[in-house]
Amino acid sequence: MAQTVICMKGITKRFPGVLANDHIDLEIQPGKVHALLGENGAGKTTLMNVLSGRYRPDQGDILIGEQKVQFNSPRDALQFGIGMVHQHFMLVSNQTVAENITLGFQSSHFLLRRAKIEQEVERLAKSFGLLIDPRAYIDELSLGQQQRVEILKLLYRNAHILILDEPTAVLSPSEIEELSKTLKNIARGGKSVVFITHKLEEVMEIADEITILRKGKVIANLTPEEVENRRELAQLMVGREVVLKIEKEPITPGEVVLELRDCSGFDNRGHQAFQHITFAVRRGEIFSIVGVAGNGQAELVEAVMGLRPLSEGHILVLGTSLDRKDSVSKREIGYIPEDRLGLGSVPNLNLVDNLILTSYASFYQKGIFQRETAQEKAEHLLSQYHVVTPSVETKARHLSGGNLQKLILARELSKKPRLLIAEQPTHGLDIGATEEVWTELLRQRETAGILLVSGDLREVLSLSDRIAVIFRGRLMDILSIEEEDWIGEIGPMMAGVRQERKE
Amino acid sequence: MRFVVERRLDPSRTASWTGVVLSVFLALFMGGIVFLAAGANPLKAYWVMASGAFGNFYNLSEVLVKTIPLIFCGLSVAISAKILLWNIGGEGQLAAGGIGSAAVALFLSPHLPSAFVLPTMIVMGFLAGGLWASIPGLLKAKMGVNEILTSLMLNYVAIYWLEHLYFGPWRDPIGMGFPGTAMFPESAWLPRFPQTRVHLGLAFCVLAALILQWIFTRTRWGYEIRVIGENPRAARLAGMNITRYILGVMLVSGGLAGLAGMAEVSGIHYRLQQGLTVGYGYVGIIVAWLSRLHPVGILFVAFFLAGLLVGGDQLQAVMHLPSSVGLVLEGTLLFFILGSDFLSRYRLKLEPKMQVPNSNETNPKSNDRITVI
Repeated sequence: MAQTVICMKGITKRFPGVLANDHIDLEIQPGKVHALLGENGAGKTTLMNVLSGRYRPDQGDILIGEQKVQFNSPRDALQFGIGMVHQHFMLVSNQTVAENITLGFQSSHFLLRRAKIEQEVERLAKSFGLLIDPRAYIDELSLGQQQRVEILKLLYRNAHILILDEPTAVLSPSEIEELSKTLKNIARGGKSVVFITHKLEEVMEIADEITILRKGKVIANLTPEEVENRRELAQLMVGREVVLKIEKEPITPGEVVLELRDCSGFDNRGHQAFQHITFAVRRGEIFSIVGVAGNGQAELVEAVMGLRPLSEGHILVLGTSLDRKDSVSKREIGYIPEDRLGLGSVPNLNLVDNLILTSYASFYQKGIFQRETAQEKAEHLLSQYHVVTPSVETKARHLSGGNLQKLILARELSKKPRLLIAEQPTHGLDIGATEEVWTELLRQRETAGILLVSGDLREVLSLSDRIAVIFRGRLMDILSIEEEDWIGEIGPMMAGVRQERKE
Repeated sequence: MRFVVERRLDPSRTASWTGVVLSVFLALFMGGIVFLAAGANPLKAYWVMASGAFGNFYNLSEVLVKTIPLIFCGLSVAISAKILLWNIGGEGQLAAGGIGSAAVALFLSPHLPSAFVLPTMIVMGFLAGGLWASIPGLLKAKMGVNEILTSLMLNYVAIYWLEHLYFGPWRDPIGMGFPGTAMFPESAWLPRFPQTRVHLGLAFCVLAALILQWIFTRTRWGYEIRVIGENPRAARLAGMNITRYILGVMLVSGGLAGLAGMAEVSGIHYRLQQGLTVGYGYVGIIVAWLSRLHPVGILFVAFFLAGLLVGGDQLQAVMHLPSSVGLVLEGTLLFFILGSDFLSRYRLKLEPKMQVPNSNETNPKSNDRITVI
């Protein structure tokens, strides 16, 4: 019964502006630990959300054995034995472990038989070698223990296929070891385990089978034995992109516009996000920080923008030390955030309101809106940057991803920045929009120094003058684009593999 | 066939308006059931309500009388909600505004030129309500205390203060023991329109709505409020100091509710007494949400809900039904309108029934039918 193969065939899932899954085929064998490897945004989580009933695919089928199934909710999927542990745990924090595990599980008894349930949970936990006290309250548990509760929740409901989304992201090294034992244990019992990750070492250690996704497509299916070295895996994951020939006139670098000296900082959970970061960006150059998402680059940019305090070090913007109070409104910094709807714009306001967002003070005289000036300026910018929209009164959320990005670009560049920070500026854009953004970034070199943060190797190689690779919060290396022999090492370095330079 | 719920990319306007109309009908229908349960003919009851509220000049004027505090309280809720604050302390701020302006009328008016009495009362009413609301505002801004709880709890504090004053120290010495302050001097009365109790407060609240609308669309402060309310992260990035706006907005929000109190004591009661806090602060929440926080919309919604209140009173007088039926209708209406919001954001679709796979082979427990939403 449990020995059935699960097949996903031709799964396609679109979100507005993004093709998250593009005809994906995947086979999940019983008794195996299956790793889904890929960068953030490769479509791993989407694919597993489809399998676990959270999303419905636009196209494609899910087969259990020979049978086609269709899920309308995670509950449906669970009835077929498919369950998922999400990155953010879904536990009731003021209830006990046993209560959480049995929560919502229909029992024919009106009264909760606490002792019996606790015994059951304890037995179940033991049989899978999971140490947990069923009487403990969730908010007393570490994240690793909470994860065990989530896994037990699925086992209690008789799941045969356990999907874990980035299970190691919240764990300490010893907990990771513990988890990998557990997962192998579960698989040995005939169940399947699918885990989503972008970390190579885990894949090599835990997985029996590896599927690599990139940009919504399956790039490779292999087993750890077939992998010669981690470098190869890294190349498959981030891709071996050809540098596009972009007309790029050399510009002599000018004064330093941004300088970081030995900077360290924490993430929202209080973990070290980046440490000992030192670099300088000069006017006339594009300095890139490239890395797989989640390696501290987002926090680093927030620190530069004054949205996150440093625990150590100094940041100098345009020669003056960064005072957190006024840094943000400094008009000579342009910022193109990765999160266009959440940080870069106000989706429910119209385009004029959005175009004045970061320099709005100059459109108000004695507190009164200079409507005509703002409207003229908006219309001018929209046409200059080819933003396609019915009118300036349109709300920002009605714009496509590419048009919204051009709008943000227009707004930030109209400030005539001397330092421009662009975060994943072409993520999710089509080729036309991408090229427009790139051309604009290159043009800005004349007047500004540009810090480009990207996970897209092709973009980085096409635009940058210098490239810093970030991995786990540290800069692995800073390369010049002229060091052609070393360009091939960037992919492996993004995955934490470094070859010593022989100089 | 089965129903499928789909999210719309954009809220549909048509669905939004049909939703409102439908909600009114459904609320009336549910109200009808209440009438039947009370042993009354629903059609007759509605006729009594409608004619009782809008049937003749005097009744209509009474509706306008109640519209005034509802507009102020609705605006009060609307401006705080725009910045994502839930000020549900309108009732207490109204009481505070009443106390503040009464203090002027009772103790300061002899020392003021009579033309200055009303303006001073307006200022004090606004300030008293605003300062009262600043307590939850400060707690929220400085310590992150939930403003819903604090603003609500302060209602009781304010109302007890109010009662303490007119039962105790401010009680009219020659009032023959009735709880209430002495009557205000005439210089502290808001002028009334002839033959009615409708007072000049009507003009003020309409003006306040227009000013608020102007603030939202035309001023820097309004822009900042809108940005913060819609996207606090982007606001912070743009250099807005959110804490400061919380304080300012709470001050204005409480001030508007305080004006409702000022208008009541100075336009209707001419003294502090029982009957000042009759729930306008709470109905104001409904007014604000039914009008989707739009200041001009609030003018109309407040008028409509005031009609329900007056109509409800008529039920009591004519049909001996409890006047709280008006409140029941109000509640049902809010319930349906908020529910109809769902329809403007989601689409219901009929879809051919999918095949329920025979799943015995994979899982012996899954004989149950697949849950349909």
